[in-house]
Amino acid sequence: MFQVRIHGRGGQGVVTAAELLAVAAFNEGRHAQAFPSFGSERTGAPVVSYCRIDDREIRTREPVMAPDAVIVQDVTLIHQVDLFGGLGPDGYVLINTSRRIAELGLDDLDERFRPERLATCPATELAIEHVGRAVPNAALLGAFAALADQVPLEAIGVALRDRFGGVVGEQNFAAATAAFEHVTRGREAITRAATT
Amino acid sequence: MLRQLEGSRAIAETVALCRPEVVCAYPISPQTHIIEAIGRMVKDGSLAPCEFINVESEFAAMSVSIGASAAGARAYTATASQGLLFMIEAVYNAAGLGLPIVMTLANRAIGAPINIWNDHSDAMAVRDTGWIQLFAETNQEAADLHVQAFRLAEELSVPVMVCMDGFILTHAVEGVDLLDQATVDRFLPPYEPRQVLDPDDPVSIGAMVGPEAFEEVRYLAHLRQLDALDQIPVIADAFAELTGRASGGLVHPYRTADADTIVVAMGSVLGTIKDAVDRRREAGDRVGVLGITSFRPFPIAAVRRALSGARRVVVIEKAFSLGMGGVLATDVSMATLGSTAVLSTVVAGLGGRPIPRRSVEETIERAGRDQLTPLSFLDLDDGIIERERGRMARTRRSGPFAENVLRDLRQAKEGRP
Repeated sequence: MFQVRIHGRGGQGVVTAAELLAVAAFNEGRHAQAFPSFGSERTGAPVVSYCRIDDREIRTREPVMAPDAVIVQDVTLIHQVDLFGGLGPDGYVLINTSRRIAELGLDDLDERFRPERLATCPATELAIEHVGRAVPNAALLGAFAALADQVPLEAIGVALRDRFGGVVGEQNFAAATAAFEHVTRGREAITRAATT
Repeated sequence: MLRQLEGSRAIAETVALCRPEVVCAYPISPQTHIIEAIGRMVKDGSLAPCEFINVESEFAAMSVSIGASAAGARAYTATASQGLLFMIEAVYNAAGLGLPIVMTLANRAIGAPINIWNDHSDAMAVRDTGWIQLFAETNQEAADLHVQAFRLAEELSVPVMVCMDGFILTHAVEGVDLLDQATVDRFLPPYEPRQVLDPDDPVSIGAMVGPEAFEEVRYLAHLRQLDALDQIPVIADAFAELTGRASGGLVHPYRTADADTIVVAMGSVLGTIKDAVDRRREAGDRVGVLGITSFRPFPIAAVRRALSGARRVVVIEKAFSLGMGGVLATDVSMATLGSTAVLSTVVAGLGGRPIPRRSVEETIERAGRDQLTPLSFLDLDDGIIERERGRMARTRRSGPFAENVLRDLRQAKEGRP
């Protein structure tokens, strides 16, 4: 089982992101379960959502306490919420920011997690560029597809087109594709650095 | 067709396939998404003929459902928690009058303290109203139970409540195989009322009954509940034959055949418990789980059969009766009367407290070592309890529990002075 926890704020599509990820995995023939953290949802309030992906039926209903991946949609949560709680040393970290990890005041991330499994992505900027709205969730799903090899970008695209339809669906997929390419370039750079 | 969708959406689409003629509900979390979706289907004409009636309260929602049902319409509503309590007089009336309304209960805790999250307190508060209460383990079963509920309700002329865990199921997106219209139509014939308000053949429904017959009328209603014990498996079998799915029925046993410890529970927590049972099995424990699908009527004989080989019975339940203990466990004890099995109640998941598989496994391990007390509370923070009890002992005006405990938690987080 692969478990994802998504942190963000109300209005950023945190719950929708987990749902879309589950739909994408389902479309690939896998079992998936997405659910929110069930707070009283308000714009701007911290929100958590979860997605489980497996090759067999998912029965558990407990919250994701030991995720395999954490996606951070809003960096202002970094010193407010225990974002990486339960994430093991082999876990994946994806953060929505145009800055580098070292600039976030999270220096220990490089030590806690494997560098090729750490990624940042300017998802909000990509969303503004491609969708015209500062909702980073679609872009982050594209970035996640590049980082964790759990769900292909094409499946994310099917889920986005199905959810948003028409022009908006295409715009969201364009944002996801740009984010996918951003993270792919970053991973290639790390691989090159490691082999030279 | 198998689709990945939100539980509430699956319920709304399934209810629509059941061709309700009147839907009347008042929004309350976590039921809201179901009602919003049905409202949209009525408005855009995809659910027709059907009247969606807006009302000002849950009391009106159930009252309109009663009127619609008495007039011969297939009636549906949904609620949760405080909403259910607000309609409770009408909830009793719907059952007392024998009107086959189907209602979804998106299980949620009851205040005070106010809490929007899941437990089973609301369902337990109406267990004696005369409604049939069916509990769903998954969104697939919740959807399927609605189709079965209409058939059961109309066959017996008794209202049926489908209980599904609020948020945990209603807001979960997972695979649900939705039926098609032709299949539902084959399973659920058009509503043919046993009693109806018909201007061409006038009757009255709702007579005052005095001491001369009240007991008999209530006993007849009890017998009808016992009839449901026969009908529920028949309907589940017919459903399985049509769809291939084992949804509904009275109980769902899992790995109980050779088990000396059996966990009993209702609703979505069964999934987590099954995972815990599998892990304990791998460790060599002979443990199983019995899911109760029909809470009212309570299937004493089926529960007794399923528990007959067990030395220990552990009831994990999401509600309790203050000053007494387990509610489900009290019913289960009727099924273990005369047996030597040791019965323990573990209250868990109150007000949305997560029930981790790890904690369930520990509970099973402790049961195996005969260390479970008759009544315990899963993952209870004893420190909070001790400190508040201390404050009460020291201070006359010690204040309200809820605010004190929240302050205590904040202090613990910030570093206790």
